[in-house]
Amino acid sequence: MSTVTLRNIHKQYTDVEIIKGIDLDINDREFVVFVGPSGCGKSTLLRMIAGLEDISSGDLLIDGERVNDVPPDKRGLAMVFQTYALYPHMTVAENMAFSLRLAGVPKQQRLERARDVARILQLEPLLNRKPKELSGGQRQRVAIGRALVRNPKVFLFDEPLSNLDAALRVQMRLELASLHDSLQTTMIYVTHDQVEAMTLADKIVVLQGGVVEQVGSPLELYHQPRNLFVAGFIGSPKMNFLTVTVSAVNDSGTTVQLPGDASVTIPVKPSSLSVGDRATLGIRPEHLRLDPNQPTLTGEVLVVERLGGETFLYVRIAGGDTLIVQTDGDNPSRTHDRAFVHINGDFCHLFDQNGESIAKTRRHHLMNETHEQPYQNRVSYQAE
Amino acid sequence: MSSSLAVDRHPETRPPEQRTRRQVSTLPLVAPSVIALLLWMIVPLAMTIGFSFQRYNLLNPDAREFIGLGNFTFILSDPGFWISIGITIILVVSVLVITIGLGTLLAILFDQEFPGQGIARVLAISPFFVMPTVSALIWKNMLMHPVNGLIAQITRGLGLGAIDWFANLPLLAIIIIVSWEWLPFALLILLTAIQSLDHEQIEAARMDGAKPIALFRFVMLPHLSRAIAVVAMIETIFFLTIFAEIFVTTGGGPGLATTNLAYYIFLKALLEFDVGGASAGGLIAVILANIVAIFLMRSVARNLDT
Repeated sequence: MSTVTLRNIHKQYTDVEIIKGIDLDINDREFVVFVGPSGCGKSTLLRMIAGLEDISSGDLLIDGERVNDVPPDKRGLAMVFQTYALYPHMTVAENMAFSLRLAGVPKQQRLERARDVARILQLEPLLNRKPKELSGGQRQRVAIGRALVRNPKVFLFDEPLSNLDAALRVQMRLELASLHDSLQTTMIYVTHDQVEAMTLADKIVVLQGGVVEQVGSPLELYHQPRNLFVAGFIGSPKMNFLTVTVSAVNDSGTTVQLPGDASVTIPVKPSSLSVGDRATLGIRPEHLRLDPNQPTLTGEVLVVERLGGETFLYVRIAGGDTLIVQTDGDNPSRTHDRAFVHINGDFCHLFDQNGESIAKTRRHHLMNETHEQPYQNRVSYQAE
Repeated sequence: MSSSLAVDRHPETRPPEQRTRRQVSTLPLVAPSVIALLLWMIVPLAMTIGFSFQRYNLLNPDAREFIGLGNFTFILSDPGFWISIGITIILVVSVLVITIGLGTLLAILFDQEFPGQGIARVLAISPFFVMPTVSALIWKNMLMHPVNGLIAQITRGLGLGAIDWFANLPLLAIIIIVSWEWLPFALLILLTAIQSLDHEQIEAARMDGAKPIALFRFVMLPHLSRAIAVVAMIETIFFLTIFAEIFVTTGGGPGLATTNLAYYIFLKALLEFDVGGASAGGLIAVILANIVAIFLMRSVARNLDT
């Protein structure tokens, strides 16, 4: 019931343009994540949707109605801030019921509403505490509760987990996912953490320099990045990029010459690339294999990062490029060893000189399904 | 007044053994300043206490004798003393209300972005740097003078006639002068306090539907309460001893209309040459100031806790 539509949205400060024309459709009940490097405009965009920043030009529609000039509290949105922004002199209950108090709801009623929400978020024992007596995770939950009380059409989250420690972040991520599952409202979430983006989102919007680089489901972004930026931004560690020369173009694939004479055939459709052109080959660390029997490239191991379950090798190959190779935790490689890296063309991405991706001949088999949340612990959020 | 600062709000919590060792090592270093301060404070206080029990008039210094509580009973039964206490309270409370009320509003205004902000802030704070005597003279001769004063000229230009401030509204005139001097102080402290308010809190309140007045009432004012308490405490301590402004402008008059406690003691000591009576009045003032200070410290301390 709650859609958000952006039509050619611009944000201009006196002499800099932060947002350079964004079109976006956010469907009902969708969990949309804005992701991008610092300064890409993702927070500004969220604050423009919230009404905290003016929109320089373009239209913002909520449920089909233009709301550019509607004040923040009348847009039917609620926002959770990075620093939680709880009112320090009010108790948890007062914090959550503050919007109702401003709306003139009688005390009894608003405290009841706060209690209902507290039950959903398991905050009941804390209702009479002040924010400074709470832990980071509890404060975060109160901030979510304060948003929940208003029964918003759309939830906005501005990097809500970045002030939490790593363990708590994972836990709150799960809780947010099941909250979305049980509330079934539209949520817009800003983060720079791609793990949050990948795990939470139905739809990821990758922003850079005030423009949308790509919109798609997490797996779409992972398997079919539209350009070099998205390819490098999604995935950790970063995708490896090699400069290559096109040596043959067929209907079934394009063959490229790697540094050091080896060649790889990548199953992409014929495109603007022709034989002799320079192009960029991209392959993720997890798709590279060490294989002494069929080496595509050889190089020297510079650094070995052992995470226990997996090991990252930084391999310098002929021509001076460094490849990151993900292997299992039992890999015996050591620094200064020779590494034999096998590249499977099926996993490679090819980008033309403009950094645009060249379409593959077939889609990834998971790509036609919708992205399902893997969590099923919705019990805790159901009202008794 | 200084004795109020001796209220111990931080009792030692370290084990005794450690505490003594620490004291031994630092005592020689702090001793000189402690001794100097003690002499500075104790000697005048002791002399004042001594004088307050004596009949001691400078017009007749040979007739000095011990009279017990005579000076105190005389002072406490003097209607002028009670009038001066009333004047002191009116003066302190009204200047506090004006400086904190206007100071809060101005702090919010000066927190906004506007061209010439830096210069405006310096100008707004500058009255604090003018010494009381000078500012009282400026107000007396250039602003509030019934013939030459700027205010009189303006009101006369509007056909409203002129007010002789120091004859007809003497206490109000003093209150205006002192408020003008101390408004910058309140503004300065409250402005820094407002600037420390988390911007996201204001945005959260806006999302919750707070209009400017609700924003001020529910978010800004609670945030400022601590700074307001500090301003009130510091200002009270200074306002209890206002003297120069009164001395320069009204001289405590007409009658006793602007005689506060400090000025009352001055009248006793230096116009009636009654050292004994002035000392007794001074002691009563010290006791009263300490009572006020203790209450203020308590409320501020409670404020700092929450």
